[in-house]
Amino acid sequence: MRELRTEILVIGAGPAGIAAAVSAERAGARALLVDMQAEPGGQVWRGQWDKQTKYQSRRWLAALRQSPVDCRYGLRLVDFAAPGLAVFDGPDGTLRIRCERLVVASGARERLLPFPGWTLPGVFGAGGLQVLVKNGWPVAGKRIVVAGSGPLLLAAASSLRSAGAQVLLVAEQTAASDLVRFAASLVRHPAKLAQAAALRLRLAGVPYRSSAWIERADGDQQLRSVRVRIGRYSERVDCDALAVGFGLVPNLEIAQLLGCAIADGAVVVDEHQHSSVAGIYFAGESCGIGGVDQALVQGEIAGRAAAGSARLSFGLRRARRSSQHFAQSLNAHFRLRDELRELAAADTVLCRCENVRYGAVQVCRSQRDARLQTRLGMGHCQGRICGAACAFLFGWDAATPRPPLAPVPLSCFTVPPTEENPQESP
Amino acid sequence: MPAEVRIRVDGAMVSVPVGCSVAAALCHAGHSATRQALDGAPRAACCGMGVCFECRVRIDGVERLGCLTRVAEGMEIDCDA
Repeated sequence: MRELRTEILVIGAGPAGIAAAVSAERAGARALLVDMQAEPGGQVWRGQWDKQTKYQSRRWLAALRQSPVDCRYGLRLVDFAAPGLAVFDGPDGTLRIRCERLVVASGARERLLPFPGWTLPGVFGAGGLQVLVKNGWPVAGKRIVVAGSGPLLLAAASSLRSAGAQVLLVAEQTAASDLVRFAASLVRHPAKLAQAAALRLRLAGVPYRSSAWIERADGDQQLRSVRVRIGRYSERVDCDALAVGFGLVPNLEIAQLLGCAIADGAVVVDEHQHSSVAGIYFAGESCGIGGVDQALVQGEIAGRAAAGSARLSFGLRRARRSSQHFAQSLNAHFRLRDELRELAAADTVLCRCENVRYGAVQVCRSQRDARLQTRLGMGHCQGRICGAACAFLFGWDAATPRPPLAPVPLSCFTVPPTEENPQESP
Repeated sequence: MPAEVRIRVDGAMVSVPVGCSVAAALCHAGHSATRQALDGAPRAACCGMGVCFECRVRIDGVERLGCLTRVAEGMEIDCDA
């Protein structure tokens, strides 16, 4: 079993992790950056590693390339064998990394909600299909409906269109009045306003409906059509793919595993991004959904703090205030409507891995109760998808994950040979 | 004509664009599903970012997620892992 040593281990190479690793090195520390993807950039900068793209991503990816940060990709965190000893699984087997301090930038995932037909091939997350396309998924000429909630829908629709897809409709569940209020709040963020306007312009000719959501998806082996509710009307739309996501939820498994305090669905951190556990920092979406600007500023603060440089410059403080304001208006204006809780029927699959149906879960009292009674959340994804759905549907807290955080080969748990015991245990 | 790599999917040789993910390669190769659910229903890539595990396949004998793995020349992929 291979083992590496570093001063600061940064888990997650999205914007927050990149900013943390680069800033830690600049502050004089040694950093090692790992990610489960094949390249840096996280979801938001996926596929931009070797391209000339937006200024912000180009600047940070170039900074990472020029920095002495040791980068390792394709590694998924499995467990902590001891405090400061992380165990990863990757294409070359198990890798253990020893560190003095830890920065976790575990990011967020999409909230996927159950409705009849949501498990059909051809139904994707909205950001999900966007990142699949960034990695070569063919959509040219495909008829696609984009639905759900949040600013991500526009970005996804625009990406899909650039890749040659025919975007039939963007269905946003939020009411028009809330969208107007959100747009008004962007006045304090001119760059974001310009970005939204540019996206809307690029989507010229694509119908955008507010107070609209998918009621069901139909097809036999593959998606053929969806039923869309738009206000008081409901209509069938024939399509090849549905990209549907209801906003983002922080990835909290690592924080839960490490015993870091969590409140309101996000990791609790102080002004230096330090969590409730000594030596462990969190940055980015895991501390609350706020987008790429917030991730970068938090990453920079976390990286510097982990390197022992705790002073916050005026610029960093101001950037953080501004990103907090954006995060608040994002969360205030894209609240999910109650009707979305009524979509799943008794026989609609809720836990995709274990094929547990809504009707069986509905009668349970908690996530744990549902686990024990129905095997909900006990399959491959370990409740990552259905846990977020149950939090919305029933108000349940996610059950605490247990290691391993992902299914891994048994060889991951063999003890490495030591001097006293050169025989590697089976 | 973009560069291609040759891979084997469920025993059949196919050519797919170089640099794409295994999940995308399966779609290029005409596989709309990556696995069967417990009730036999087809399932395919969904979240695209290594969360839902729907795109898990056996790659050169080891279970991996199609969306997180890039195709390489000569890769052997078996669906329904």
